[in-house]
Amino acid sequence: MTHVGYVAAAYCLTFAVIGGLIAWVVADGTLQRRKLRVLEAEGVGRRSDRQGATDAAARTGEPGP
Amino acid sequence: MTPFTRLANPSIFLALSRRAQPFVAAGAACAFALGLYLALFIAPPDYQQGDSVRIMFVHVPSAWLAMFCYGVMAISALGTLIWKHPLADVSAKAAAPIGAAFTFLALITGSIWGKPMWGTWWEWDARMTSVLVLFIMYLGLIALWRAIEDPIRAGRIAAILILVGFINIPIIKFSVDWWNTLHQPASVIRLGGPTIHSSLLWPLVVMAVAFTLIFLSLHLSAMRAEIYRRRVRTAQLLRAASGPGRSPLAPFSREAVP
Repeated sequence: MTHVGYVAAAYCLTFAVIGGLIAWVVADGTLQRRKLRVLEAEGVGRRSDRQGATDAAARTGEPGP
Repeated sequence: MTPFTRLANPSIFLALSRRAQPFVAAGAACAFALGLYLALFIAPPDYQQGDSVRIMFVHVPSAWLAMFCYGVMAISALGTLIWKHPLADVSAKAAAPIGAAFTFLALITGSIWGKPMWGTWWEWDARMTSVLVLFIMYLGLIALWRAIEDPIRAGRIAAILILVGFINIPIIKFSVDWWNTLHQPASVIRLGGPTIHSSLLWPLVVMAVAFTLIFLSLHLSAMRAEIYRRRVRTAQLLRAASGPGRSPLAPFSREAVP
């Protein structure tokens, strides 16, 4: 009694589901980081980035953002 | 500042997780490779199940991870509601699709095992029905997060539902003891210790470790993606609020809104 077909189906499904999960998580992360880079390139920065630039400008005497 | 508090800062979490992620992923890959080798080539056929016992090496870890993931979500829900930890709802939202996938895998591999062993793909016994309920709960939570625009508000509502639904986890675990079920009683995590032979137990343990590391790696990545998603949303709102021809960095005043 081997039921090799059932075993193969179970493992193929496991690879498919885990592989699909990995692909989805990686793709989602890449997409979000790309969107953020585009927005930052348009000049939409984070408040902490602006605060950091303001602090740096205050230390050097240069005008802030 | 405690480590727990430090992790409340998303930027610190992103930096730490970026460093930890490769090691967790590498550990998962090694454990999975070893587990597959043990499961497919070293573990002997069962005297009753034959080679079908090898399905257990993916079915049981999937089922454990399905419940473990919900446990992680429940702890995250407590973090959201009690401590208002900023990353708690990020953790819960990131874990839900992963938990749903493992639950789906547990259901389908169990069904594949059941056909040659029990002669049926499915029975409405307590264990199988309660795991199906868990799968539906995961899908419902994912739908809820997508339905509510504000992620903070969605996180709070989801946290309450996660905690209410946690009652299903002990039901799944003890269903085989409380009811006369087709599904066999616990063979590994039981008071008297495991009842399966070490030649089958060790491949199962290695596969369980591999699945857990896969979950941890995916969870870290999904949390990072969710943090970036929220930053994108904030930036898009800032850009929309600034209006055309106006710097998003300029001070915002009520008079400027058309």
